[in-house]
Amino acid sequence: MLVSSIKSFGKYCLFMTQVFRTPDKWRVFFQRLVLEISKLGVDSIPLVIIISLFIGAVITIQMTINIVSPLIPSYSTGLATREILLLEFSSSMMSLILAGKVGSNIASEIGTMRVTEQIDALDIMGINSANFIVLPKVVGFVLFVPVLCVLSMFMGLVGGWFIAEFTTMISVENYVFGIQSFFNEWYVWYGIIKTVVFAYIIASVAAYYGYYVKGGALEVGQASTRAVVSSSILILLADVILTKMLLQ
Amino acid sequence: MIEAKNVSKWFDGQQVLYDITATFDSGKTNLIIGQSGSGKTVFMKCLIGLLTPEEGEIIYDGRNFRSMNNQERKTLRTEIGMLFQGSALFDNETVLGNVMFPLKMFSPLSHEEQLERAHFCIKRVGLTNADEKYPSEISGGMQKRVAIARAIALNPKYLFCDEPNSGLDPRTSILIDELLSDITHEYDITTIINTHDMNSVLGIGEKIVFINKGHCDWVGNDKTIFRSTSQSLNDFVFASKLFREVKKFLEKEYESGKAR
Repeated sequence: MLVSSIKSFGKYCLFMTQVFRTPDKWRVFFQRLVLEISKLGVDSIPLVIIISLFIGAVITIQMTINIVSPLIPSYSTGLATREILLLEFSSSMMSLILAGKVGSNIASEIGTMRVTEQIDALDIMGINSANFIVLPKVVGFVLFVPVLCVLSMFMGLVGGWFIAEFTTMISVENYVFGIQSFFNEWYVWYGIIKTVVFAYIIASVAAYYGYYVKGGALEVGQASTRAVVSSSILILLADVILTKMLLQ
Repeated sequence: MIEAKNVSKWFDGQQVLYDITATFDSGKTNLIIGQSGSGKTVFMKCLIGLLTPEEGEIIYDGRNFRSMNNQERKTLRTEIGMLFQGSALFDNETVLGNVMFPLKMFSPLSHEEQLERAHFCIKRVGLTNADEKYPSEISGGMQKRVAIARAIALNPKYLFCDEPNSGLDPRTSILIDELLSDITHEYDITTIINTHDMNSVLGIGEKIVFINKGHCDWVGNDKTIFRSTSQSLNDFVFASKLFREVKKFLEKEYESGKAR
């Protein structure tokens, strides 16, 4: 198990040295980059909006129910909702969700290219296939993911506002005061930095599993599953390390 | 001309190619034939450079593939066209996009000239009104034609075809064979076709290399294949009832002196 993990890590590092090369044609690279930003990033916006809205609402409800002590001010609900969203949900939890959507998309797309010999076709033409296919995906996703992170933070807070506006659990004034109180700007940057690292993990790990698929449709599906599982574990590991590094 | 000299290949300690020496002539359709699992695809991948043989040399018009540096290999690859068994067209590109692809990546031509060249290649393979269609929207035969158009877009010196007839009906197979043969003669390409289709062997086999269990058992052409004394080749060629009947007929013709 340990030996195979080390071997896989070595193979992944070698793969990355192939990916991070100068593109053969910059014009083609930028065309593909725009396409990947649209496919991996922009297409994820609806998912991020829906999940963030609902989770923001749920966090607000749970905070309101649990913070009942007269010693704690009522605006704490908004404050706690904001801190949860900024510190963990919009970066880590959202990345875990995106690992499922984007990671499986990348692994299955590249895996299908492998089993249908499209990657071989690129290699025979003398094109660095790893660089040509994977670099725009990794760069595109890493560039766009801060937008998704900030959007998630905002929509989560909007979800909480809906609870304040349309229920009697907490007043809108208290909620809005809460989300503005004791604001630490660094937490936003902390979330963005984490998301960028997680985006790199999602895109590169999924690409690695897709690129080295052997077999047919069944193996492509298995690679897709392995990509999601591996990137999720790596995200959690990186979350611990980054939190220790950035918040201590 | 492509020469393979004493090529041997192993996978996980198991030898799959044994000391194969063969020459593939320019301006001819050179066929590599053999049963499934005989090693012909591995041999072709060694010729193209997708696999590296443990022993032996691959020489492209005097240029030894093994001793080339990365830049030389890259240059060589622009001289190679490849038609894959499953066509290997890019799913997210249209027919025109697929044919334009090698031009976009390697050609110094302007966009208009690239378009002109792509349209010429598409027309040359006999496709009409398919420019804006995606690979999933066209038939298998049309996909092969698009793949051929893409393979010849950069005017290659060498054209490799891995089982170009697989999955096609007999009539379309013949059309694809004729197209490959015409293109080979028209542009003086060294074409190497990997096949086990006897119609192709008899139709366009100007030079035939027979691979059996990783060995090169026989070299000849479509005229000499029926008179081979190689048992393994005869077992392969006359496996079907139709060809056994053809053999009987030809033997009678030889005996009566009508055929030579």
